[in-house]
Amino acid sequence: MRQTRSVEIGTGLFVLLGMSSLFFLTTQTTGGDDFKAESVYTVEARFENIGSLRTRAPVTMSGVTIGRVTEVAFDPATLEAVVHFVVDSKYDQIPDDTDASILTSGILGSQYIGLQAGGSDMYLEDGSEILFTQSAIVLENLIGKFLVNAGSSDKESD
Amino acid sequence: MSRTVSDLRNNLVEFVRTFGAFQLFFLRLLRHSPAILGSRSGLVIKQVYNTGAQSLVIIMVCGLFVGAVLALQAYSNMSQFNAEDWTGVAAAFALVKELGPVMTALLFAGRAGTALTSEIGLMKATDQLSAMEMMAVNPVRRVLVPRFLGGVIAMPFLAAIFSAIGMFGAHIIGVELFQVDVGSFWQQIQLTVEMADVNEGIIKSVVFGVAASLIAVWEGYNTVPTAEGVGRATTRTVVITAITILVFDFMITAALL
Repeated sequence: MRQTRSVEIGTGLFVLLGMSSLFFLTTQTTGGDDFKAESVYTVEARFENIGSLRTRAPVTMSGVTIGRVTEVAFDPATLEAVVHFVVDSKYDQIPDDTDASILTSGILGSQYIGLQAGGSDMYLEDGSEILFTQSAIVLENLIGKFLVNAGSSDKESD
Repeated sequence: MSRTVSDLRNNLVEFVRTFGAFQLFFLRLLRHSPAILGSRSGLVIKQVYNTGAQSLVIIMVCGLFVGAVLALQAYSNMSQFNAEDWTGVAAAFALVKELGPVMTALLFAGRAGTALTSEIGLMKATDQLSAMEMMAVNPVRRVLVPRFLGGVIAMPFLAAIFSAIGMFGAHIIGVELFQVDVGSFWQQIQLTVEMADVNEGIIKSVVFGVAASLIAVWEGYNTVPTAEGVGRATTRTVVITAITILVFDFMITAALL
């Protein structure tokens, strides 16, 4: 009797420990949804080049995450990337001439959308489109431009 | 010349036969499993205790040090690129997807698998299994199935504990020792690791649990009933389990990529 009791307690503790570990792994190491909102509205933005922006990338304003990218698509008519993202309905007073740019967190970090407030009296609402956008800075293009500039300045000095 | 050929053929036939018998054995265990889980769950709990709870110390200590060494290695490499924040990410990916399930399965084979094989093997060598059959007790149901199920249940929990403790070890090295900012350490992990990665680890640990328990029970049941036979069966358990797990690990990773 005593034997079975300690076996049962040991097994129970083991399974509880296992379950709490699973819980820890699934909640603490994943997701990272620091963005949680009760209701959201969807905004669209078109970019020439989105770099490596993916769905679930954060949308920030002044560095605070206020939304998340929900869909990345390609528009064959305009040959642009169409990005849909949701913004927490708490922030319903974002001017509609706000501009969106694709930024990189750190040098190796992931890409995100940074919003820069405009000055309009009209606010973004569900389904509106951001007109002023700035594409992702692609490192290769940057290096390419730098090399071209370096080459041309060499010629000028000759 | 013709003798070598016929030897080779016999060996090949023998190999295929063993493989087939192994599959049938697996099906037999599976067929009895629901009944045992329902009516004799006490036996299964005892085996979860033996294989799971008793392996906690080795799993936790190894997990802690594996996590710590991953963080050490990751930090020393990442710091060359000023990407110390990624220390935790490297450790988390390695632990959750690969090292957690694989190391746990290898330790499980060494700690619990050998115990299962030698226990069943000794039962066979001392005619306890035949005695059961004589008393109209089916040794497959009474001895093998609970041990198999105990291992299958314990293994995913052990792997999860290994990974969780490993993350704790990585935290100690990364945050406490190397002073990586605790916020960015965990935030990078949470931003990068996804539910699919954790699921991959869980799938692996379940598959490895079935494989390791099955091989241990099979080797024990097919022991040559002598002292030497039990020793050999125990060795074979570790060798075959290790090979199976690493091959399966490769296949699952490739399949889920």
